[in-house]
Amino acid sequence: MSEQAQPFTIEQFYKYMLQGKLMGGKCKKCGKIHLPPRPLCDNCFSNEFEWIELPQKGKLLTYTVIHVAPTQFQGMTPYVVGIVRLENGSKIPGMIRGVAPEQIKIGMQLTIDFGTCAATQPWPQWPRYFFKPA
Amino acid sequence: MFNYYSIFHINRGRKGEISRLKGKPLVSIVSAGLSKFGKLEGLYSREIFAQAAKEAFDRCPNLDPKKDIKALFVGHMGESYEHQGHTGATAADWAGLLHIPATRTEAACASSSAALTAGIYAVLSGLCDVVMVGGVEKMTHRTTPEVTEYLAMASDYPFEQWHGITFPGLFALMATAHIHKYSTTEKHLAMIAVKNHYHGSLNPKAHMQKEITLENALSSRVIAWPLKLYDCSLITDGGSCLILTKPELAKKYTDTPVHIIGSGQASDTIGMYEREGFTSLTAAKLAAKKAYEMADVKPEEIDVAEVHDCFTIAEIIAYEDLGFSKPGEGKCLVESGDTKLGGRIPVNTSGGLKAKGHPVGATGTAQAYEIYLQLTEQAGRRQVEDAEIGLTHNVGGSGATAAVHIYRRD
Repeated sequence: MSEQAQPFTIEQFYKYMLQGKLMGGKCKKCGKIHLPPRPLCDNCFSNEFEWIELPQKGKLLTYTVIHVAPTQFQGMTPYVVGIVRLENGSKIPGMIRGVAPEQIKIGMQLTIDFGTCAATQPWPQWPRYFFKPA
Repeated sequence: MFNYYSIFHINRGRKGEISRLKGKPLVSIVSAGLSKFGKLEGLYSREIFAQAAKEAFDRCPNLDPKKDIKALFVGHMGESYEHQGHTGATAADWAGLLHIPATRTEAACASSSAALTAGIYAVLSGLCDVVMVGGVEKMTHRTTPEVTEYLAMASDYPFEQWHGITFPGLFALMATAHIHKYSTTEKHLAMIAVKNHYHGSLNPKAHMQKEITLENALSSRVIAWPLKLYDCSLITDGGSCLILTKPELAKKYTDTPVHIIGSGQASDTIGMYEREGFTSLTAAKLAAKKAYEMADVKPEEIDVAEVHDCFTIAEIIAYEDLGFSKPGEGKCLVESGDTKLGGRIPVNTSGGLKAKGHPVGATGTAQAYEIYLQLTEQAGRRQVEDAEIGLTHNVGGSGATAAVHIYRRD
């Protein structure tokens, strides 16, 4: 199936991550870029999109260090999560690794890493990307 | 001086629907009930809700619950706690209101404000003369990691929960952004905790009824930096309810009704990361704007407020979103003592979610219960003198839902 024929779903977004690509859905009618892709444009209600590759670098907007985690993350504490604004303006949250929590600063440049993306498990289970200093 | 920048720069929604209602009572609260808040060992949520219902019925001898109450809306967030869903029917059954239409409303931590909104719709529609609205949650029998996981279900799954972002984590992301942008400090956050614990010490139904010091708060263990244990609300069991009727029928049931004169509820993206900024909640600003316009009331006219202090940073953001202060200056209100009992606008006299406790489904109508007590001069040691106009501000999740209600004494 050609790239453009893939469904504009969260599942497909994560499948692209397995290929090392950060992809968004661009509305063909109004041009809004959706990260993650959506089946219905929340701006103009169009359902026609095209896949576009998004920049893998961005700037840290805010962050926290999680010390008390849900059961499945307990073994990883403390860990850092943040929200990153990519170079095109899209925002995405994720864990931040490869830098000590006290070294982290709002505004620092980060890049996405797909290195730990394992094969997908049954839905809804996805690979876990993370961010690291650019 | 007040500044309305934070609420009045938003201009959405149609004007007509609100201007028709300007300042008129939408519905009247003729009774209210609240269970004890705390660790209610051995009780199911249906039994806790029955405690709240009993108080509301006892307060209102002119009410014949079986005959008068035409519908129940009950807020409840999680089935996981007790392996029990279908809370509408369960609550009606155990409150002795069998056979009335009973519906659960779910909007995370704003679930019972959503019930209140639904109750207002039901009464204003003319279909129901009297309705009961309320909420309940039983949480304390679960471990902290389990509760953390259940609460996180109110946030986005594929991008927030999946990447290990907890509920304290979401509000910590807001706190970091607020600290960075406005020089709010961890000490300001701790001051909110100290104030609300002081208020809680005056509330016999609060989960925590003891004062804490700034040192206690600042030295408590980190949950999600910069938020520490004392920045977080409590895992609590509790139930709450209100009896609503048409304003013209209120005096049939009580000499001291409290009128709801403004009601606003709004939504926002489920993923917090998608929002414009992380230092205010758009849904809260929109809900406030609608409620203020409907009530024809300005922020400086509010005498007492219950706001959603699920985490200390949320109360500072609430001051700003509600127009009690300019954006970025919420910290000044707690520093100056303006929002403490005896101050210019006491906030969270009940102890708030911080000290009274946060049984999530019960919280919205528990806030309304406190305002009902304040406006009918039944708040005891924490009574705000001559309180005429009150406000509640209830947030669901990280702000994907927010509800603001404004109340006036008769």
